[in-house]
Amino acid sequence: MEKFNVHAGTAVALRRSNVDTDQIIPAVYLKRVTRTGFEDGLFSAWRANEPDFVLNQPRFAGATILVAGPDFGTGSSREHAVWALLDYGFKVVISPRFGDIFRGNSLKAGLLTVELGEKIVQRMWDDIEDDPALEVTVDLVERQVRWSGEIHDFELDDYSRWRLLEGLDDIGLTLRHTDDIAEFERGRSSWLPTVAAPSAS
Amino acid sequence: MGQTLAEKLWESHVVRSAPGEPDLLYIDMHLVHEVTSPQAFDGLRLAGRPVHRPDLTLATEDHNVPTQNIFAPIADPVSRTQVETLRRNCEEFGVRLYPMGDAEQGIVHVIGPQLGITQPGMTIVCGDSHTSTHGAFGALAFGIGTSQVEHVLATQTLPMDRPKTMAVTVTGELPVGVTPKDVILAVIAKTGTGGGQGYMVEYRGDTFERMSMEGRMTVCNMSIEWGARAGMIAPDQETFDYLRGRDHAPKGAEWDAAVEYWTSLRTDDDAEFDAEVTLDATTLTPFVTWGTNPGQGAPLGSSVPYPEDFEDTDRVAAEKALTYMGLQAGMPLREITVDTVFVGSCTNGRIEDLRAAAEVIRGRQVADGVRMLVVPGSMRVRKQAEQEGLDAIFTAAGAEWRQAGCSMCLGMNPDQLAPGERSASTSNRNFEGRQGKGGRTHLVSPLVAAATAVTGHLAGPADL
Repeated sequence: MEKFNVHAGTAVALRRSNVDTDQIIPAVYLKRVTRTGFEDGLFSAWRANEPDFVLNQPRFAGATILVAGPDFGTGSSREHAVWALLDYGFKVVISPRFGDIFRGNSLKAGLLTVELGEKIVQRMWDDIEDDPALEVTVDLVERQVRWSGEIHDFELDDYSRWRLLEGLDDIGLTLRHTDDIAEFERGRSSWLPTVAAPSAS
Repeated sequence: MGQTLAEKLWESHVVRSAPGEPDLLYIDMHLVHEVTSPQAFDGLRLAGRPVHRPDLTLATEDHNVPTQNIFAPIADPVSRTQVETLRRNCEEFGVRLYPMGDAEQGIVHVIGPQLGITQPGMTIVCGDSHTSTHGAFGALAFGIGTSQVEHVLATQTLPMDRPKTMAVTVTGELPVGVTPKDVILAVIAKTGTGGGQGYMVEYRGDTFERMSMEGRMTVCNMSIEWGARAGMIAPDQETFDYLRGRDHAPKGAEWDAAVEYWTSLRTDDDAEFDAEVTLDATTLTPFVTWGTNPGQGAPLGSSVPYPEDFEDTDRVAAEKALTYMGLQAGMPLREITVDTVFVGSCTNGRIEDLRAAAEVIRGRQVADGVRMLVVPGSMRVRKQAEQEGLDAIFTAAGAEWRQAGCSMCLGMNPDQLAPGERSASTSNRNFEGRQGKGGRTHLVSPLVAAATAVTGHLAGPADL
């Protein structure tokens, strides 16, 4: 995972609520077995059917910060939604509220998801649309979002912040505690189900 | 102060806890399917890591499965590659797999319970948001992303922050024709799709106590549709009776020890929840959705709502939903005509669901111009339905009797809506394009699905 420190870039206003992960990337794009190249699936129905859709507007080309309405990333657990956003070039998504699983996936995969209040998001939308070249800074060190005189703190737990700042692999961190895991396994109830594969049983 | 069921389940699985860090949680069973696992197995391979506990890992093929001929290779080369990749991964890493054509194959959330693998007190995860289904047994079960799938494969644990707890208390007897599906749709309409965000939810009250295990699974299945991390119901005699004698259920003295432990898995009388929601079951009626998220639902007897009656973002969402759905505000929901009826999915693809739909459609005909798909959730459910003659009832009515898979719940296999087509569906999501590009979905119970198939418009059994 790439380290995330301070990101400055232009933003795009997605004035929609309840953007579920089926909209972020439809199921048909989930059949791939590789980890890259999901950018073509990002919002594919809206990009195909709505000529005015924000990502179809040249003035927002190259934006790296997506600013969406509440309940972004609800629904399916597909991490492909995070990959599609990353592969398309987004580094940050800002929304008043995220779906739990999407939020977890994003922080594991290095896409910073930032919760800001609905009023702030609405002001940000207006400012972005007035000036698509507006530079927005998302500062993970200070836990702040800044643009043209506006400064807003956001919350992110210390542990997730540390992992993102260091670009650390969760699995590597957990494997430092294999003794604890082995100890826990010795205490598990004997009736708990096992499903060994035929060759292994 | 006492503990809630969710807190008991959480605490009993903490491997390691340190200040300022998430808890490291042990996972008792990891269910795997073909869609969210290939990149996780790839990650293991790249790092040279084995699957830590293949004996606590079970795979099946469900999302891509064509339900018309499950014994033939998949025609779509991309789907076929994904399924073949799972088979190679399972073989390489020593994971048990129930492939297409196997007597035990089926939707991942249907086969776990029917094999007795889903038991009270367990932690169960899967790269699938409907993993909350297993909470019906008093287990802590939740969906995870592919990074976490890889993490569980490598370590059999997950670092997690403990969510808050919420009680959803529903009391009273369900009126005739009102099903567990209607209960959960009503809960979601009341709370909105984000209402459960950040919570582990316990469904409590005599309404759930009276429900069968399959009804409880339908309720817990849709916990994610209102944002909850997990949904659960305390185990009771109904749970134990369902489990006794199943393939992987404890036997003999172990059974007695297990039941003694399971009986302790209840929220203490003096425990406190962080939030509570209550609902009176006696006031409920059959519920259907009119919009493009599961919270946009209303009683079948009502009308398509006016967006002006909502506030702010909900109003914009309602306007957008009505445009997508091609509906006029004020139109009675019963006047909405459909092209397709789908009975199946991890929400309503179990034997009781098929029995309920068959009972309504017995001796009747699917309306002209309507196609009805009946898709059992597993090959075992299919076999049992055939032993009971349900398949004959469906086919005599003009419905299609299929093999087991996720089918029309999501557009990953040949069972899809064409653009503009409209369905009454017993599945869990009415998102734009969920059942196929441009398709329009109304979420309903199996009873409403069957009655709708007969009339050609949204209807309940009482309308026949």
